[in-house]
Amino acid sequence: MNRSTPPAEYELMDDPSPKRYGRGLFLTTLFGGLTSIAWGRPVWSRLSGSLAGIESLVPLVPHGWRIYSVADTMPTFDPATWRLAIDGLVQQKLALSYHELRALPQSHQITDFHCVTGWTVKNVHWKGVRLSEIFDRARPFPEAHALQFVSAEQPYLDYLTLQQSQLKDVMLAYEMDGKPLTREHGAPLRLVIPEMYGYKGVKWLNRINLVPQAGDGYWEYLGYDRDAWVGRSNGYGA
Amino acid sequence: MGWPLERLRRVRFVRRFSRTERTLHWVNAAGFLLLLASGLILYLPRLSVLVGRRPLIKDVHLWGGIGWIGALAIVVLLGDRRGILRTARELEVLEPSRFNVGQKVNALLNAAFALLFLVSGLLLWFGERDTRFRFTSTVLLHDILMYAALTLLVGHLYLAVIHPATRHSLRGMTRGTVREDWAKRHYPRWAPPPAD
Repeated sequence: MNRSTPPAEYELMDDPSPKRYGRGLFLTTLFGGLTSIAWGRPVWSRLSGSLAGIESLVPLVPHGWRIYSVADTMPTFDPATWRLAIDGLVQQKLALSYHELRALPQSHQITDFHCVTGWTVKNVHWKGVRLSEIFDRARPFPEAHALQFVSAEQPYLDYLTLQQSQLKDVMLAYEMDGKPLTREHGAPLRLVIPEMYGYKGVKWLNRINLVPQAGDGYWEYLGYDRDAWVGRSNGYGA
Repeated sequence: MGWPLERLRRVRFVRRFSRTERTLHWVNAAGFLLLLASGLILYLPRLSVLVGRRPLIKDVHLWGGIGWIGALAIVVLLGDRRGILRTARELEVLEPSRFNVGQKVNALLNAAFALLFLVSGLLLWFGERDTRFRFTSTVLLHDILMYAALTLLVGHLYLAVIHPATRHSLRGMTRGTVREDWAKRHYPRWAPPPAD
C-alpha cells in the first residue's frame, strides 16, 4: 500500500493532532468566568452606562435592586393601624401614625445605595424625615447613646450609635423615586444610611428604641461588621 | 390496505444516546430547572413578593445546587464512564461527528457554566458568613451565567421540541434511538450503531 497518498476519507481520522477548538472553548469560558471575579464589576460598571437604555426595556428584570428578606412573608402595611413607636430612653414616648409621620417636616435626597453583596443602585431619590425631627419630639435622655431600629419583619433589627445616626443623609424614608415605598422595599418606612451598606437600613421599620449602647443587628449576629462603612468594612478596602 | 404498516416496518432505528448519557441529560435538566425556578424567585422582586418564604427558597436553591452537582457526579461514577469519556473527547473537536458543531458548543458551554455556577454559588454562600469569600463581582458572574444559560436553553428547547426538522432528536434523548434515515440526513459524518 502506498502510504504517501492515503485515501481522503482517512485523513481526518488519522490526523495525529486534531484541532481541539472545543476544549479551547470550554477552558476559555471557564478561565474568563473565574477571573471575572477579579475584573467583572469595574468592567460592568463601565458597560452598564451604555446598557441602561436596554435594561429599562425589560420590565421584569430588576433595575439594580435585589430584594432580600429573612422571614417567610413580607410584612403588610395597613395605614389605619400602622404606628412608628419611639421608646426606650426618651422623655416622651411616641406612637406616630402614618398620617402623623407624613405631617412631619419633609426632606429629600439623592444618594447611592450600596449592598454588601456587591451591587449598587445609583441616584436613588428618597423622601422622608430626618431623625432630628423625631429627637426634637421624643427628647432622648443623656444616657441614650444608641438607637435600636426594629423591623416588622421578625427578627430583623439593627443599631446605630447616636453619633452615626447624625451622619449626613441618614433618613427615615417613606418615598423612593417619587412613589411611596413598595412592600418589597419596606413599606411604609425604612432607614437609609448612604455611607453604610444596605443591611443597616432596616426595612418595614416600626420601632425606634433608644438604648444605652449599640448591639449586634441581624446580620452582625451572623458575622457582618457592626460599622458597615461602604468600601471600608466586611472585608472590603483596608 | 396493509401498505402503511408495511412501510412502518421498514423504518429502521439506530442507537443515538446510551442510558448513561440520557440519565446524565435528564438529571442535569431537572437540576437546572429547579435551580432556575428557585433562583428567579430569589432574584426577581415581583416573584419574591408573590412567593415569599425566602428562607425556604434559599435552602431549596443552595441544597438543590449541591444535589445537582452531586447527582451528576454519581451518574458518571455509576454509569458508563468510558462512554462518557469518549463523548467528551468527541466534544473537544469542533467538527461535525455524532453531534453537529452547534450541539457541541451548547454542551461545552453548559459544562463550563455548570462549574462556574457552582464556584460562584459557593462563594456567595460562604461569603455570607466569611468575608474572605466575599467579592463584589461574584453576584454579577452568577447573574450573567443565568442569562447566558437561559439563552442557550431557549435555543435548545426550540430545536429539540418545536422546530419540525430537528425535533425528532428528542426521541434520541428519551428512548435512546432515532430513525436511521433522519440520522443520515442530519449527521452525515456519523456511522451509527444499529438499535439492538
